[in-house]
Amino acid sequence: MGSHGQGLTPPHSAKPVKARRVLPGFGITMGLTLTYLGIIVLLPLAALILKSAEIGIDGFWQVLSSPRVLASFQLTFTAALIATLINAAYGLLMAWILVRYDFPGKRFVDALVDLPFALPTAVAGVALTTLFAGTGWYGQWLEPAGIQVVYTITGVAIAMAFTSVPFVIRTVQPVLETLDSQIEEASVTLGAYPFTIFRRVILPMIAPAYLTGCALAFARSLGEFGAVIFIAGNLPFKTEIAALLIFIRLEEFDYPAASAIAAVLLALAFIILFATNALQARWLRRREASS
Amino acid sequence: MSMLALETPRAVPQATTVGANARATRSGQRLLIAAGLAFTALFLVAPVAVIFAQALARGFAAYRASILQPETLHAIWLTAVTAVIAVPINMVFGVAAAWAIAKFRFPGKKTLISLIEIPFSISPIVAGVAYLLVYGSQGLFGEWLADHDIRIMFTPAAIVLVMLFVTSPFVVRELLPLMQAQGSEQEEAAATLGATGFQIFRRVTLPNIRWALLYGTVLCSARAIGEFGAVSVVSGRIRGETNTLPLQIELLYNDYNAAGAFAAASTLTVIALITLLIKAVIERRLG
Repeated sequence: MGSHGQGLTPPHSAKPVKARRVLPGFGITMGLTLTYLGIIVLLPLAALILKSAEIGIDGFWQVLSSPRVLASFQLTFTAALIATLINAAYGLLMAWILVRYDFPGKRFVDALVDLPFALPTAVAGVALTTLFAGTGWYGQWLEPAGIQVVYTITGVAIAMAFTSVPFVIRTVQPVLETLDSQIEEASVTLGAYPFTIFRRVILPMIAPAYLTGCALAFARSLGEFGAVIFIAGNLPFKTEIAALLIFIRLEEFDYPAASAIAAVLLALAFIILFATNALQARWLRRREASS
Repeated sequence: MSMLALETPRAVPQATTVGANARATRSGQRLLIAAGLAFTALFLVAPVAVIFAQALARGFAAYRASILQPETLHAIWLTAVTAVIAVPINMVFGVAAAWAIAKFRFPGKKTLISLIEIPFSISPIVAGVAYLLVYGSQGLFGEWLADHDIRIMFTPAAIVLVMLFVTSPFVVRELLPLMQAQGSEQEEAAATLGATGFQIFRRVTLPNIRWALLYGTVLCSARAIGEFGAVSVVSGRIRGETNTLPLQIELLYNDYNAAGAFAAASTLTVIALITLLIKAVIERRLG
């Protein structure tokens, strides 16, 4: 899921005119693609933008400035940030040990880190809630120690972290694989400590992919619903995420409010998408310039 | 999940220097591996284990009875039917889009690829609301649909539509890098020999991309089956009618029917594990 733009464009643009003349099917496949995209992806998004524009700037402001909506956005942001930090650390660690080290069961672990993408989010939500509840495998130890996870922002962040685990790992992994180990060997022979090598040599080289992975994890966390609603407890002003508030407004048939909050989430998604694309484009240009 | 994961990680030989530095590196290595594996066990393995532990807590007979509840059976059936409709449509779209993008040059190619990937960045809840604003009673086509007595929202049709939205990028994303890497020389040769477009696709292209196509389809199916947020907005969550399996889990859970919820969840967990297994096998073939 972390392949935005990466590797999708052909490196060389050979024989364009000839290819078009020889191979059939451009008209029909292109037509099909554009029609399908139009109906399935663009039409609904256009409708969302149109409908949320109907209420005007004042209406928009009224919806978004309500304390409950503001509280939900604050919670969503804070929890997504914590989740991203967890995955920034865990993801980098996993990418590193999967690429650089050998250990028994490595293939198995490599397949396992995609689990959060394969497992339905509702299942993840139920499972995490059960683990961290007062009687659960973790909760029975954590709660007597004064750490409440279920129905708190900690729980929200953990659920978000779970569903976005693969992003950082899968964007950093291929870059680490292509890194030339000679540079590190040179630094080792020069007497550098492993951590120094990591900080001064490796981190700068994987930084663009690392940041992209973190941005994708953050974006996913902002919009996550299924995994979160079970563990959050959904208390207004406390553990109510923005996506849930959309849902509640819909059930109250307050469509303008629901579409206004949804439009904000949509705008955030686009901003993150453009930012990561720009980051990768800059990185690709720099790599081409240096080679 | 993506082409990024296709290359199997290889161990890079460690720089071997004599003395304390190398020893420190080795013990540091072990520490990092241990930390990574411990966290993986606590964070990724335990949730799966707890699902099965809870589902089977009261024995296999109780488990079987929970799954065979009529509402859960209906949810399984509905999920299967809607996914079986949505996935092939996205296979056709994915192949067509990959063909157009990989085999031809045209302006706006990068934009098109970005457009195709949009559904990955959008919250499923937002997708659900967007569909409601097209086909719902207050939506763009709401009046027209009502006049013609067509209902889409809160029916299985709406479930299929949002499944199409959330899974539309999967197939094309797996096919595109492969087809671009393979180039179109074989196809061009076949075309010069007089093969028709469909013959070229079936006899030349399809054998070359079949594993990637299967891979994309498996991921697409897993996501379609497991989709929760978008489906819960547009399905109306009518008991025994428009509840897919993930929605059924929530319903049972909120009814304090833990046994039923975990039984339903365990079936989806099995599907997820099978998905990972197929993925690993195909990755080996592709790699």
